[in-house]
Amino acid sequence: MASLDAPQIVSSRKDYADSFTLSRYLETGGYVALKKALTMFPEVVAAEVDAASLLGRGGAGFPAGRKWSMLRKSPISYLVVNGDESEPATFKDHYLVERDPHQLVEGVIIASYALQVNQAFIFMRGEFALGLERVQQAVNDAYAHGALGSKIFGSDFSLDIVVHPGAGAYICGEETSLIEALEGKRGFPRIKPPFFPAVTGLYGEPTVVNNVETMSNLPWIVNNGGAAFAALGAGRSTGTRLFALAGRVKNPGVYEIEMVKNTFRDLIYDPRLGGGIIDDKQIKAFIPGGVSAPWFGPELLDLPLGQDEVAEKGSMLGSGSIVVMDETSCVVRATWRITKFFSRESCGQCTPCREGSGWIERVMYRLENGGGRMEDIDLLLDLCDNIAPGLTWPPQQTTICVLGPSIPSSVHSAIQMFRDDFVAHVEHGGCPHD
Amino acid sequence: MSHFRSDIRQRAEELVALYPRQRSAMLPMLHLAQEQDGYLSDEGIAEVAELTGTTPAEVRGTAAFYDMFHLEPVGKYVVGVCTNIACLLAGGEEFLEHASKKLGCPVGSTSDDGLFTLEETECLADCNIAPVVQVNHRYVRTTTPETFDAMIDDLRSGKLDHDVPSHGTLIRVRRSGGLRAARQEVADQRQTAKAARDARVESEKK
Repeated sequence: MASLDAPQIVSSRKDYADSFTLSRYLETGGYVALKKALTMFPEVVAAEVDAASLLGRGGAGFPAGRKWSMLRKSPISYLVVNGDESEPATFKDHYLVERDPHQLVEGVIIASYALQVNQAFIFMRGEFALGLERVQQAVNDAYAHGALGSKIFGSDFSLDIVVHPGAGAYICGEETSLIEALEGKRGFPRIKPPFFPAVTGLYGEPTVVNNVETMSNLPWIVNNGGAAFAALGAGRSTGTRLFALAGRVKNPGVYEIEMVKNTFRDLIYDPRLGGGIIDDKQIKAFIPGGVSAPWFGPELLDLPLGQDEVAEKGSMLGSGSIVVMDETSCVVRATWRITKFFSRESCGQCTPCREGSGWIERVMYRLENGGGRMEDIDLLLDLCDNIAPGLTWPPQQTTICVLGPSIPSSVHSAIQMFRDDFVAHVEHGGCPHD
Repeated sequence: MSHFRSDIRQRAEELVALYPRQRSAMLPMLHLAQEQDGYLSDEGIAEVAELTGTTPAEVRGTAAFYDMFHLEPVGKYVVGVCTNIACLLAGGEEFLEHASKKLGCPVGSTSDDGLFTLEETECLADCNIAPVVQVNHRYVRTTTPETFDAMIDDLRSGKLDHDVPSHGTLIRVRRSGGLRAARQEVADQRQTAKAARDARVESEKK
């Protein structure tokens, strides 16, 4: 059974139909944390976040506090919030921007205060039309409430937040690409080093980029203290986390549960969470952290939902999205579709990614639709090896950003785990499931 | 002579004022151009170039990178059906085929009456209600052929006009408020904040 005793840190208002309004937000403790934060030194607020050891919730899982403190010598110019949630099957930020926009805005103000930044941008996926409207309304309300703008709540701190819509490009979730898009350009990831926008970010100035869920945790951390947050979870994975559960489960959805204290099995099978597999079929495989992550088989269901725990087994918790495939799912078709996605979303700067993704997709297509050859299976592995030499985890990188080395994850996993299925596709002359 | 209507022009100028550099207004302004014309017309692109301090070629080159911008006219309703992993596992491809039959147009094209454009999309982040369908980037949450057909009929009859504005209209909430402080005031505050921080760091060292 899942352990569900932990507080709901970011999804506490999920049962209110009007959770997105200022009045509901104020009734449920909204902007109390901001008032408290404004009485503290900015460094002390940052120290609380450091003490919480809040890992970034975007995908890479870098500690937010350290991201902030890394470059204390040069003042940060801009805070940019990454709401470009596009990793397939990830929909937790979608929940946060539509259902609790004030919590996000308050988190952004607290972070801006801690960083002493006077200009913040919330970059949101263009496809989130309702989310954009809700967050813009929340920003408007915050200005009217005195929580934003000149001299916030009578303090000496001023902040402006601009809500910026994206326009449909997966790659803009990569932080340097997002900055390019925010500068009004094509979303091409920037060459590293520098590895962090904190060195050279928006307009070449020091910039901190944080994820929507990371920001949404801040009001609770300020109210309850970093230690209270760190007391939840275990090891490096502290606090709770929003997991987006999708695929062949009875109750797909967004669930906030304590990290490490719960396992993949708890999340997928507990009747209060995923509720098990549709029609009580057998689970075949699951993706533990977005389609960029290598897959797991049912033997790893009892692995705890923790960053290091998943990394040790050769994958990642990534964006916190878990996709479940059952015995009726065709893994070749699933892999083909994931590859098609990467091929379409590759920005085209680097040859291994641009050419490799399209080539892999064409081979996957013929395997799935007839015309596949036995040697295609090893060809796929060879192509993957050209993008991420050695096919190790974490992968070797031959490209500017991590989109490239994400391509082999599913292909390599699927062939390793289900080579017989690929062979059956060749022998059958197409998908045996059709 | 401005191609943008006066209200669009005004909003476009407000956008430019929001950013430290005018080119940053590119993506939101392209959305505005689409709100007026339904797609990015040559005239719209030229005006975006003028307002962002770029050339029409740069605007077109930037816009072409992004899926949501249309360089050719599209229907009043752009129907997007997701077939990515979670939707695939829920029959997204078959659903897309059904949508194509219902609308009478192949994927990637516009129906003869000019009302609907059908697109296959990548993940739209609403995977618990799969397969995911968006019309003009509004979630319509129809997961069966029957509810999809009923939704299309409702669009035709105008019943969904409030929920689903014409293609191009993205954000109907206008920005209000905003930092009224002059830029100099903000710059001064930053200097003061930096000095205070440096002083504290110094005192910590001692």
